[in-house]
Amino acid sequence: MNVLEHARRLLRRDQVFPMLMPKRLAEPDTRHGPILYLEGVTVSFDGFKALDDLSLYIDDGELRCIIGPNGAGKTTLMDVITGKTRPDAGSVWFGQRIDLLQLSEAEIAQAGIGRKFQRPTVFGGHSVFDNLRLAMAGDKGVWRSLFDRLGAAEREHIESILETVGLADHAGRRAAELSHGQKQWLEIGMLLAQNPRVLLVDEPVAGMTPAETERTAELLTGLAGRHSVVVVEHDMAFVRAIARRVTVLHEGRVLAEGSMEQVQNDPRVIEVYLGEDDDD
Amino acid sequence: MIVLLWILALIPAGAAVAAADETALAAALEHLAGAGLRERAEAVETLAALDHPRVAVILQAYLDGRLYVERDGGEVLILAEAGAPHAAERALDGAPRGRVDADAVKRIGSNNALRKRLRILLALRALDAAEAAERRRAAETLIGELDAAEAEVLRPRLESEPDRAARAALAAAVALVDLDAPESERRLAAIDTLRGRLEPQVRGALARLAENDADPAVAAAATRALRGIQTRLDAYAFVEKLLFGLSLGSILVLAAIGLAITFGVMGVINMAHGELIMLGAYTTYAVQRLFPQWIEWSLLIAVPAAFLFSGAVGVLIERGVIRHLYGRPLETLLATFGISLILQQSVRSFVSAQNVAVVTPSWLSGAWQINPVLALTYNRLWIFAFALVVFFALLALLRYTALGIEVRAVAQNRAMARALGVRSDRVDALTFGLGAGIAGVAGVALSQLTNVGPNLGQDYIIDSFMVVVFGGVGNLWGTLVGGLSLGVFNKFMEPVTGAVLAKILVLVFIILFIQKRPQGVFPQRGRAAEG
Amino acid sequence: MRPPVLLDRPARWLLGALAAGALLVVLGNALVPQGHALHVSTYTVTLLGKYLCYALLALALDLVWGYCGILSLGHAAFFALGGYAMGMYLMRQIGTRGVYGHPVLPDFMVFLGWEELPWYWHGFDQFWFAAAMVVLVPGALALVFGWFAFRSRVTGVYLSIITQALTFALMLAFFRNEMGFGGNNGLTDFKDILGFDLQADATRLGLFLASAAALASAYLLARRIVTSKFGQVLVAIRDSEARVRFAGYEVEHFKLWIFVFSAMLAGVAGALYVPQVGIINPSEFSPLNSIELVIWVAVGGRATLWGAVAGALLVNYAKTVFTGLLPEAWLFLLGALFVLVTLFLPKGLAGVFLHRKGRPT
Repeated sequence: MNVLEHARRLLRRDQVFPMLMPKRLAEPDTRHGPILYLEGVTVSFDGFKALDDLSLYIDDGELRCIIGPNGAGKTTLMDVITGKTRPDAGSVWFGQRIDLLQLSEAEIAQAGIGRKFQRPTVFGGHSVFDNLRLAMAGDKGVWRSLFDRLGAAEREHIESILETVGLADHAGRRAAELSHGQKQWLEIGMLLAQNPRVLLVDEPVAGMTPAETERTAELLTGLAGRHSVVVVEHDMAFVRAIARRVTVLHEGRVLAEGSMEQVQNDPRVIEVYLGEDDDD
Repeated sequence: MIVLLWILALIPAGAAVAAADETALAAALEHLAGAGLRERAEAVETLAALDHPRVAVILQAYLDGRLYVERDGGEVLILAEAGAPHAAERALDGAPRGRVDADAVKRIGSNNALRKRLRILLALRALDAAEAAERRRAAETLIGELDAAEAEVLRPRLESEPDRAARAALAAAVALVDLDAPESERRLAAIDTLRGRLEPQVRGALARLAENDADPAVAAAATRALRGIQTRLDAYAFVEKLLFGLSLGSILVLAAIGLAITFGVMGVINMAHGELIMLGAYTTYAVQRLFPQWIEWSLLIAVPAAFLFSGAVGVLIERGVIRHLYGRPLETLLATFGISLILQQSVRSFVSAQNVAVVTPSWLSGAWQINPVLALTYNRLWIFAFALVVFFALLALLRYTALGIEVRAVAQNRAMARALGVRSDRVDALTFGLGAGIAGVAGVALSQLTNVGPNLGQDYIIDSFMVVVFGGVGNLWGTLVGGLSLGVFNKFMEPVTGAVLAKILVLVFIILFIQKRPQGVFPQRGRAAEG
Repeated sequence: MRPPVLLDRPARWLLGALAAGALLVVLGNALVPQGHALHVSTYTVTLLGKYLCYALLALALDLVWGYCGILSLGHAAFFALGGYAMGMYLMRQIGTRGVYGHPVLPDFMVFLGWEELPWYWHGFDQFWFAAAMVVLVPGALALVFGWFAFRSRVTGVYLSIITQALTFALMLAFFRNEMGFGGNNGLTDFKDILGFDLQADATRLGLFLASAAALASAYLLARRIVTSKFGQVLVAIRDSEARVRFAGYEVEHFKLWIFVFSAMLAGVAGALYVPQVGIINPSEFSPLNSIELVIWVAVGGRATLWGAVAGALLVNYAKTVFTGLLPEAWLFLLGALFVLVTLFLPKGLAGVFLHRKGRPT
């Protein structure tokens, strides 16, 4: 880009200079419905397109399931939304004002997008209680954390989350000592403590017993409404149990979108995904 | 230089006076053996004037310091090598005299001026040699050494000399004298002849002319010629830096390539890599000590020996320590650092704390003098070739052999490779052994370039890591390109900043580079590289 | 949930032992007459002071490595920079008592034929200025280096290797005479500090006490940090960096902050070390020093502050003993220590101790 073009840009009157735009807004603007806008997002690794011109809208308070065969780009999609992977093309907006591509992972998290990893990821060296405390919403700057004191309200909030995720008896245990299912719950608890507007949940019921799965389903449906929840899941029974709207990804594109019923009857979907996995 | 004129005039008529020369030779030799340096200088001129086959032999022996005189009897002898006792022959007729004792003879001394004169006289004789290369060398020796009379004698040869290069050198030698001619035309013609010559004497004379010549046209021509020469010099200096840089780069590649395997393919940080190189260098030393009669071939024995020895140590390290630490790179780093300390101290305690002397075989010593300003030492040339051979051999090994395929399979996906029946622990041990063995081979090469001592490895470990990281981990081509370009970069920085600062700048450059592109010049891309 | 306490049991033990030890040394040196079995020679006082500086350095490394998982192989560089800053002050104090008797220029500059003091030597005749530089120079280097490294997500062994390259580059630089830090020989022949004769027993004792006080306060500061939420974030970064990011913390800020703080502590350790040993030269930058420091922390037990302190004291005591008895054996022992600790004692002696007491770390 040459100097002239820069100069011309500076003289345009129909837009605000990027440097003058507020970088972060306290609340995403969702007056038009959707809270997440992904438009024309493309991510390629060495020629292989993990996401190919993908567009996706998530409404405020919605519970959305994303399904698709392996390699469809589900995890990459989450990486793009949370800032771990920068797309080669496309735009990602949080509400109408917040451009997620301009923010770091931490800033995105603070703006109100929480993520649960595919493999449960907790802070093994810390107690369950401290895991929740670290995840707790609030000022996460260096100085603040140096002088932070645990208040009574905060403690109560953590204890209520411990109740919700059924770990009240394990509050003092080191997270590394928990069972796989308990770690899954702890991570969900951390998401709750973070209190995000959007929860991205990657395979929440992997390794859970049927009873635990059922509780997770309850929890997630209960969260929708106050939060927007995006669930990536392989377990079709679980998806059927919770889903209102389902998006099917295939080879980095949206193959179909709609209610579970619509999607299940879509011939293309049957061909690439449901057909093969029917016995699942 | 009447004497010289006289000799040169006599040469065609040589045979006729042969008998007379025999006595003259004996007389001149006696004169040479006798008195002080001034007499010796005269005797040398007399000798040179004789047309006798022994003269060249005697003058050469005198130049080499092999001309001796018997303490009693006063016979002049030529020793096979400087410093008695050695086999000797009679100077007069070459009759063998067997070995002579050190105290039975006395060296006939010379000084710098005399040796220089000897060189010229020998060169003048060598102008008649049968071989063109010898005539050319002789003519080049004469550049800047002639006076006007000598030049006049040599001038007719400009027509008769058949070899082009020899003729050009001779013309330059004569033209250098002509620069002092009184006529401007002759000076201009001489400048024209000297255009493009790289000898320092030529440059000196031209510079003098450019400064002081009375005729402005001549001064201008000299300046132009000088500028042309300077351009050529700059070009050669550039080539020299490039070649030196490639040579340094090839050493870096050799040192780093084993690391590229252990670090790049296996993800193991081996801080003892430098010590494995050191062990290779000591293997060379051991081979030379064990087979002193085969010094010439010692490196050929040392290469496989060092490969096996360092490789075996590598396998021991892998089986004993590293195998327990897979997936804990920082711990591996610390443990192998401990091993490097133990290896260093072992050498210090059991061999010597001092550097040891590794002999350079004769085919590696010396230099290839391309022109007066550009020379390449043979050891660097060989090591460059050797580095390439090792590199491509390794590449072929990884690409085409069963072991290579297994290594790459384990590197890409350990669990999957195991599921397919690859014995990953055996592959790990062999891969590490391979990396260590190549370090040993690098040590053999390095023993020809640097001091072999317990600290040899430390000097190379950081550089090796830098090369691997710069080139891109897990990529052998990256290591080659990274090593060579760092070598060249270093050599081009050196004249500007000095050697130490150049090295610092290279380190800083790499530090900044890694920050910018943590995956190196040739990154591995795709999903596997993330995370 | 019991919140972590600043002065837990090991902390009380360590501070108590430090105070008691210091008291004994002072009494033994100043009050017990020479020749008596309980007399502590000034040589021993200086040796102990040196150990305390090492312990402080180990503490600094433990903060970044043990707690935050950043294995710096260049921490000796910060130590040496602090040492040079102090050395420059001590050089300026020599004044006309140097061999050449130049009122301003240190001997080596006169020897090199320099006419005037380089600009970066100005101000070092003031103690307060030198003291500020002791923390600011290592801190600034750590800030610039860390900012580059952490921002571009250089982690793990890559970071270790470039920190090693950093200290190596500094070593080469300080070997150069043109740098103006005495080249090969470094800075030495110090006379006095703040007007006190460096050879005097009382000064030595004072320096020892200063080292003990510095270690105690650094320990308390470090305790304060690791028991705060900040400390919890550090450990969380060590265990799962990505999770911390997605929980909304700017990981780079935390790493940078602790790296700079640690570098400053290392600088203080170096500054206290130099007047006690009487010399600072470029070999202090050697990568070997940095790695040796890592093994002190590893032996003692990383991620426990008292472990780092104990490890530094223990290994250095062993080094003194062994280099006295069997100079050749020391490097064998040190090498073996590296291998054995990483293989069998990943949590160091602290790990053994805590395990025996049946408590989780």
